[in-house]
Amino acid sequence: MSAFLWRRLAALAVTLAAASAIVFVVLEVLPGDPAAVMLGVGARPDTLAALRHEMSLDLPAALRYVLWVGRLLAGDFGKSYTYGVPVAELIADRVFVSLPLALLAMALSTALAIPLGVVSAARHGRGVDTAVMGFTQIGVAVPNFWLGLLFILLFAVKLAWLPSGGFAGWDAGLWAGVRSLLLPAVTLALPQAAILARVTRASVLETLHEDYVRTARAKGLSRAEALWGHAVRNALIPVVTIMGLQFSFLLAGTIIIENVFSLPGLGRLIFQAIAQRDLIVVKDLIVLLASSVILVNFLVDLAYAALDPRLRGGGDAP
Amino acid sequence: MKNLFAAVGALVCGVLFLGPAYAAKDTLVVGMVLEPPHLDPTAGAAGAIREVVYANVFQGLTRIDRTGGVKPALAASWTVSRDKLVYTFKLHSGVKFHDGTPFDCAIVKFSYDRATAPGSVNAQKGLFEPIEKTECPDALTAVVSLKRPASNFLFNMGWGDAVMVAPNSVAGNKTNPIGTGPFKFKRWVKGDRVELERNPAYWGTAPALAAVTFRIVPDPSAAAAALMAGDLDAFPNFPAPETLSRFREDKRFTVHLGTTEGETILALNNTRKPYDDVRVRRALAYAVDRQAIITGAMAGTGVAIGSHFAPHHAAYVDLTGAYPHDPAQAKALLAQAGLASGFKAVLKLPPPAYARRGGEIIAAQLAEVGVQVELVPVEWAQWLEQVFKQSDFDMTIISHTEPMDLDIYARDKYYFNYHSDAYKALYQKYLETLDPAGQKELLGLMQRKLSEDEPNVFLFSLPKVGVWNAKVRGLWENSPTQANDVTEVHWAE
Repeated sequence: MSAFLWRRLAALAVTLAAASAIVFVVLEVLPGDPAAVMLGVGARPDTLAALRHEMSLDLPAALRYVLWVGRLLAGDFGKSYTYGVPVAELIADRVFVSLPLALLAMALSTALAIPLGVVSAARHGRGVDTAVMGFTQIGVAVPNFWLGLLFILLFAVKLAWLPSGGFAGWDAGLWAGVRSLLLPAVTLALPQAAILARVTRASVLETLHEDYVRTARAKGLSRAEALWGHAVRNALIPVVTIMGLQFSFLLAGTIIIENVFSLPGLGRLIFQAIAQRDLIVVKDLIVLLASSVILVNFLVDLAYAALDPRLRGGGDAP
Repeated sequence: MKNLFAAVGALVCGVLFLGPAYAAKDTLVVGMVLEPPHLDPTAGAAGAIREVVYANVFQGLTRIDRTGGVKPALAASWTVSRDKLVYTFKLHSGVKFHDGTPFDCAIVKFSYDRATAPGSVNAQKGLFEPIEKTECPDALTAVVSLKRPASNFLFNMGWGDAVMVAPNSVAGNKTNPIGTGPFKFKRWVKGDRVELERNPAYWGTAPALAAVTFRIVPDPSAAAAALMAGDLDAFPNFPAPETLSRFREDKRFTVHLGTTEGETILALNNTRKPYDDVRVRRALAYAVDRQAIITGAMAGTGVAIGSHFAPHHAAYVDLTGAYPHDPAQAKALLAQAGLASGFKAVLKLPPPAYARRGGEIIAAQLAEVGVQVELVPVEWAQWLEQVFKQSDFDMTIISHTEPMDLDIYARDKYYFNYHSDAYKALYQKYLETLDPAGQKELLGLMQRKLSEDEPNVFLFSLPKVGVWNAKVRGLWENSPTQANDVTEVHWAE
């Protein structure tokens, strides 16, 4: 297990080094001067030069890279060019929106998808299966920003049950915060649940045909016992893989949904930062998200090991 | 659907009437599309900064009012010397910043010196360029001496970039703005909203509103829904003109189509061939059908212009008839310029809808006269780098939103590279003319000169589309400067 951990940590270091170098080079090559974006079309050349100096943009690129990485290693994320506040503070504010949203969406999607997928596989070819497959087909096909708008029109404009967007903030109370996240979480969860249900169904169908399920039935286990005790457990590995990918996406890839619901999340922060060439925020965020993806993958690997004892052993596991 | 909206309306009214003892509402929630990057108008060009703080939190010596006129603000009055070089401002007494710092001439001197200093990062440093020095004979008198006459000086000191800031709070103004205005900053939930509250110690007339919230709603459909749901009271720069008919039919709302200082132009690189030939530039002006662009790209909102000047201004001259839509005339002019078989051009388009949608329509119109346009969408940062900074472009579509910006055609170096000694002479004379009639005449002459030379194809004035609750009174319908001045806003009974 410790060898496994060390390998993971080494991979983390290499990935982060590569990610930081790539994002730095890409942002260097990208046309667009952060100082020019801040000063707009009325700016005089001397004003631009003064601001570039203030932002240390007049230093050579290699030096700026070294300074940035050095500060990151010391735990200093630097100060945002545009907002003028520490990047760590900006990111922390957004994480308290994005993380609860991702967790809520993930919980909804899992609670919906796994039972549907398993039932659908167990009743393969019957009415329930056809209905579930029909719904998931729609869920995969419907663009979620459109779904989000429909939800706003129904629950905020028509019924006035929930706010049409924005984030009340956790200081306004737990319920106020959850209320702001409810519609976006459902909007994000439905398409994810559709995908997850289809993967679960396919995977369970496959394990149902395995020899050990037949053996379990031959030993005298009931259909349900064989299904839940043997088939489902073995079918979960691909499901957990997809869940890991979905969670990484939910953390930062929800920019469109954040726009529709006017939510101040990480996705919109990174989008705004790119548009305004707030390079330091972009760089820090990408490195942070790269680490979070690696962390999620690590957790997924641990989940594999929990699900499949064969993977817990030495270094020769696939 | 209509019944439904009526039902929602009844519900909303019901809730309003059941409110605490019929107390008049004294809060306002205003929607805006872009979040301000920070809240210091003296250190950044973003319009969103001014839309929150101008006139509400920060004030200058003068101010631009809802008609585009210059009014006194922190200066109670002023006199101008006979040689037009010395401005003596009498300041209001008893004015305090939100943190209690008294406002006096030392503040004026600090603010102007800071903007003109060599390391200044004021986005409109050019406004302060004529200032030679600021002196304080006594605490409530500020004497500003100019290097040369500048007839637009009082107007320019009314811009958001020229507001008064105090030395002890200036460093924090980006996140905690401290001004002298009727509203003070309460808090900013980044990415979501900025909250202001009434300043109880305000030196002037107290505002009717106790609190104002500016909420950031980036998506146009979400903006419409938030108004419909009653989550927003007003959206002064409404981003979804295609949904206006719904708001016009709904009695809970009023729709206001106003004008802005945003001259939207098809900018041409005047030093690049073939745009260095005035016949080619005029041909392009004939080839473009402004009304079709306004209809197609702006859902019919926007007013055609024939020069670089806002239609709401008293000195406006209507020159839209100079180059009517006439493809035959365009072809004839191109043939005269030796381009009978047309030419190829690259049109760079920044993100706003007026540019992206307008570009497609213009490309189709120019194709009719043999000009093959390649459309290249660019991000805002790329546009600033390539087009604005390096003048690396053939054509672009852009809205110049700065008020009264005829000076850009008199600059030695500006991205579209227009150079005309005759125009520069006119502009110089305008700067030296203080009497209103003479100013008006010169503004007219400059507009005509630009129409004649057609350095850019002048398209339309960017509209200000506002939607707000029918009971909200006092918001600006036009936008003579970028602002959401809520100091005179109140709710009707």
